[in-house]
Amino acid sequence: MKEDQGRQGGAGSWLAVAGRAGDVVVSSRVRMARNLAGFRFPNRAPASERTAILVRLKPVVLGARLSPHLEWIDLASTTSGHRSSLVEERLISRQHAMGKPGEPMHGRAVAIGLPERRLSIMINEEDHLRLQVIRGGFDLSGAMGEIDAADDAIEQSVDYAFSPRFGYLTACPTNVGTGVRLSVMLHLPALKITREIEKVKRAADDLGLTVRGSYGEGSEATGDFYQISNQTTIGKSEAVLLREMESEIIPMVIAYEHNARDRLMRGGRRGLEDQTWRAVGVLLHARLLSTEEATQLLSRLRLGIALKLVPNLDLPLVNQLLVAVQPAHIQKAIGQELTQDQRREARASLLRTKLGEAFASSRQPPRLIRPDRPEPPVGPSNRPEPGEPE
Amino acid sequence: MKCDLCDAEATVHETQIVNGQVMVRRLCERHAAEVGLTGHASVSIPAGSSSVVLSVQQQGSGLKCGNCGLSFAAFRQHGLLGCSGCYEAFEDKLSPLIERAHQGSTHHIGKTPRRMLATAREGDQAAIERVLGGAKEKAERVALLRKQLEEAISMEQYERAAALRDELRPLEGEEGEQPSWGAGGPV
Repeated sequence: MKEDQGRQGGAGSWLAVAGRAGDVVVSSRVRMARNLAGFRFPNRAPASERTAILVRLKPVVLGARLSPHLEWIDLASTTSGHRSSLVEERLISRQHAMGKPGEPMHGRAVAIGLPERRLSIMINEEDHLRLQVIRGGFDLSGAMGEIDAADDAIEQSVDYAFSPRFGYLTACPTNVGTGVRLSVMLHLPALKITREIEKVKRAADDLGLTVRGSYGEGSEATGDFYQISNQTTIGKSEAVLLREMESEIIPMVIAYEHNARDRLMRGGRRGLEDQTWRAVGVLLHARLLSTEEATQLLSRLRLGIALKLVPNLDLPLVNQLLVAVQPAHIQKAIGQELTQDQRREARASLLRTKLGEAFASSRQPPRLIRPDRPEPPVGPSNRPEPGEPE
Repeated sequence: MKCDLCDAEATVHETQIVNGQVMVRRLCERHAAEVGLTGHASVSIPAGSSSVVLSVQQQGSGLKCGNCGLSFAAFRQHGLLGCSGCYEAFEDKLSPLIERAHQGSTHHIGKTPRRMLATAREGDQAAIERVLGGAKEKAERVALLRKQLEEAISMEQYERAAALRDELRPLEGEEGEQPSWGAGGPV
């Protein structure tokens, strides 16, 4: 699976590791907004100036040795399908993929760090430069270290727009100061089931954080994936912002989710097992699946794996499938334009194949009818945790 | 405010940096026109003084950025500034907005472009101040950090307090090194 993904240039290898606290944290991302001195911000710069910015930045970014290889993509020469698949992989923003209404992709580009596809640098998005590092699991400081070094490497060759008072100047004053946005994508199904998610949202709000659905601004959380990020970018140093998220807030949310999962397991293990295996049943047998339904089912499967109700499947498989079932990825896998119905069919087929293979290679064929006892044959690697209720 | 050259109301404010000195001229419409300041003056950035922002700010009928021509009204409508000069042109009006959006802060604390700072340190005090700010910025930063420190202590967040103290120390004494992040770095 991992090798396939690499060869196809598909979902990045940051998805292939569960990482720290991977049972709750899907990924950690740090983004930095930077602008060049002497140029207008992209929204105000005419096409010729955006081109000049691109011409200025391309050799700088490619020459900064940011990654073993960098893939440079001029968005003007891409199809909308290609751009959508980059959005689904979270390497570019939706805004970058769409451009301004009525305006072409003029001057827009992205550089992607290879082979890992976890570093991306957007050129002429809302700011001249948007640097981003995304890592699997809970690893904000790793991502911060990587992006900080990339920022320094680029700054060797360009002058940033910077003011002693306001810090790094950005097109939107909500990013000014450090220009840093830390976000963590969390899988919080138990807090959703126990209806405690609203409490988390309120607490986050009080701490100057935003909680959003997994695909950013305005989108509802499908499949119980939530993104928590800092709202404040000025008046707190990068180190303090990092500490708040990494040592205080996110560990607290992880602990809440673990607590809610424990309570659910104690109070209704059978019910959780039932829901998990129903999800597996549909994923293995459905003939038509929408992105939303697939995401919800995969969310349930993910919880089941995290709670060791589904032995021998791993979290990275589900993380990769969550990206692979998105519309542009389905289209890319098939290699041609598809109608919505055709995509639903292709999505169901992909899930049957991938999960079928995973269960086959785990030598743990799923049982449609599981006897109450004995428990499924227990191999060395799926022995219940000591102390786990039978 | 009165024009530097006559008693008429000054409508154009020009900020420029000459040999490290900030010079502000306030002129009425007539005198501004005479010296060629139209409110849309082109900004030239002299070599070696990278992020120095020169701004010409027109007041009165509607606040506009002298560099990119964006009006404050247009910014309010779309939420995006047009250039780095807008921060200076709209400073007074932006500050309360930034304060509201960022838990009461309007002063940057944190990273400074490292090469820019290193280059400035080879120059004189004025060069350093163009990057780090002068006594005023420093005082604002110290006040902000002290406030955050007090809050942290009152909420018994001692780890955070320790981190804030680490940040205060170089500001109250010599400029310290920027933090390093340990793990990571480009591959």
